[in-house]
Amino acid sequence: MYYNEMLDGGQVRAPYAMLSDWVETMPSEIRQMKQAEAEALFRRIGITFAVYGEGGDPDRLIPFDMMPRVFLQSEWRKLERGIKQRARALNAFLRDVYGRGEIVRAGRIPAQLVYQNEAYEKAVVGIVPPRGVFSHIVGIDIVRTGRDEFFVLEDNCRTPSGVSYMLENREIMMRMFPGLFRNNRIEPVDQYSELLRRTLASVAPAKCEGAPTIVILTPGHFNSAYYEHSFLANLMGVELVEGSDLFVDGGFVYMRTTQGPKRVDVIYRRIDDPFLDPLCFRKDSMLGVPGLMDVYRSGGVSIASAPGAGVADDKAVYTFVPEMIRFYLGEEPLLQNVQTWTLWKDDDYKYVMENLADLVVKEVHGSGGYGMLIGPKATKAEIEDFALRIKANPGNYIAQPTLALSTSPTFVEEGVAPRHVDLRPYCLCGDRVELVPGGLTRVALREGSLVVNSSQGGGVKDTWVLSE
Amino acid sequence: MRLKITHETSYSYDTPVEALVQSLRLTPSSHEGQRVGDWRITVAGGQRGAAFRDGAGDWIEGWTVRGPIDLVSVTIDGLVETRDTAGVLRGHRESVNPMVYLRQTAVTKPDDALRDLAKSIQGQDALDLAHKLCAAIGDTIEYMPGVTQSQTSAAQAMEQRQGVCQDHAHALIACARLRGMPARYVSGYLHSSMDGKPHDAAHAWAEIHVGPLGWVGFDAANACCPDERYVRLGSGYDAQDAAPVRGMAFGIGTESMDVRVHVEEVQQ
Repeated sequence: MYYNEMLDGGQVRAPYAMLSDWVETMPSEIRQMKQAEAEALFRRIGITFAVYGEGGDPDRLIPFDMMPRVFLQSEWRKLERGIKQRARALNAFLRDVYGRGEIVRAGRIPAQLVYQNEAYEKAVVGIVPPRGVFSHIVGIDIVRTGRDEFFVLEDNCRTPSGVSYMLENREIMMRMFPGLFRNNRIEPVDQYSELLRRTLASVAPAKCEGAPTIVILTPGHFNSAYYEHSFLANLMGVELVEGSDLFVDGGFVYMRTTQGPKRVDVIYRRIDDPFLDPLCFRKDSMLGVPGLMDVYRSGGVSIASAPGAGVADDKAVYTFVPEMIRFYLGEEPLLQNVQTWTLWKDDDYKYVMENLADLVVKEVHGSGGYGMLIGPKATKAEIEDFALRIKANPGNYIAQPTLALSTSPTFVEEGVAPRHVDLRPYCLCGDRVELVPGGLTRVALREGSLVVNSSQGGGVKDTWVLSE
Repeated sequence: MRLKITHETSYSYDTPVEALVQSLRLTPSSHEGQRVGDWRITVAGGQRGAAFRDGAGDWIEGWTVRGPIDLVSVTIDGLVETRDTAGVLRGHRESVNPMVYLRQTAVTKPDDALRDLAKSIQGQDALDLAHKLCAAIGDTIEYMPGVTQSQTSAAQAMEQRQGVCQDHAHALIACARLRGMPARYVSGYLHSSMDGKPHDAAHAWAEIHVGPLGWVGFDAANACCPDERYVRLGSGYDAQDAAPVRGMAFGIGTESMDVRVHVEEVQQ
């Protein structure tokens, strides 16, 4: 009933053939030693943050599973086309809703879903950022339910995190098992940082003179993803700054350096919209840069992702992404959405309330596996309790069927066993739309569990795309 | 009316600050109700940076002043030709969808009193409802300077039943939004020498989006719609979002502010 990515009809599938031998011939002492080594490596580099801003203990190590998850080149090509298509449509949607709003005028998406969305930023209306890109890094969460069945679970258009895991997982695997990489033709992912740098440089404002200066703006070291911010800054060779390192003078943003002020052209920000600029948004924000939005709005600096990009990625707008693809690109969606019931519709509400035990219910703006009900795993009391919360504010919830997430072989106490997985690839949008062959695979380490969130017993794996 | 506006704000610091950054929504835009003549913003020792028209049709200028600064003055000298459009905002170029202004903010968040008031009013149509809400707010909240502050919410002003134009505007906006009508805060100037009522030349009111008419101004503090005595500067979700001046000084100095606004009618 669950698609097993390694075994199909009792046979080991081609992409896993080599790994299957590798596991069978690995003595258990070696495996334990290697697992300890992997953990020590992760600790040493300090990668201990929560994936996707889920909160929890920031110093907790997320379990790393040494068994890679493998895609065939042909499988990946299909995914890649679908991901790029989706990223293009999401950016077209953002351009549109901050412009003329044609998709709303055409009646293809309800106006209130866009204009009353709390992520819709009035301050951005009328702005066309360089190359028309609002979301420069689109993280698309994908689940697999069959050999050729992939579904998009959600889109992340703001600042999707976790890419440092994708890079570190590979790095550690290559260090520990060089033989695996000699004997398999695995597509590299380490060009990600260069592609990211190039993407950011390609959206420098027209006023930029010479080579663009790029910075990563972090809320600071207490942030759960600080490791990732400094990691990416290092790999790209750009400065990691906090709000207080930047200032506005005249119509531009500058960074304080030991050689004096240096003009900044592109800000890859890892802080949320409300904190970006106390003169435009929350006036008590100490994390932002006063005057930044005026400079941005007059074309003096680029911000990635653009303020207001979040209107494209909440769980209610999600249901309209296939419509966006048809409307803006004139294409049929290559990747399907998960069937979704929106509880502010009477029919959907009725159906969901009668079938809570079979469904997954999520908050429209929730994330990290919190604030959700997994019907089949919940007790009667939990379901009743959740039903009351839905009744109080139906518009705040959507429901989906429980998905039969595919499994990938995973190291467990007793050896190797199937565990459920998902995938987050990172699509880069600038002058081109591109992504590295791979992404972050999250795995639900508990037997039978379908929740891959690290806060709820999830781990991570290296993700391989085999060359032709 | 031909109105001459002089608006001077000076900021002084007991310990000089390193720098000052300001975002100024201090330039009226032209529409049927007002035609802007000469308009000059001067920031002593300052540099004008970003300057653009935003989606709501307001002209915004970013200014920075390099320190050390112990005194900065922001001066407006301008001329505006106004005429009465019965409060209707026509010919104002903007592209923000009115629905955006249905969201409540921290200061317009309604309490039971505001909800009851909003519910109790019946109108024949949207325009009539807006007029009646405006009158009801004016009747409920007595004009009384000094009892509320800049952070006072609509709910707090309702409780005290006293306030100034900002409180009237916030309360009216809260009620209009409750009734499903987009509403926003408008800051501007008011020429008031002729009616002898005690109000400031720096003024604020509400705009409510009423169907085919579009945006219409309502001044609950003066129980009227803006006419030729009013000069419209800019708008926002609430007073903070529509503030003519938003700024931040870098330094440890304590800021004190002195504002002088003068609106006078001049002959052709």
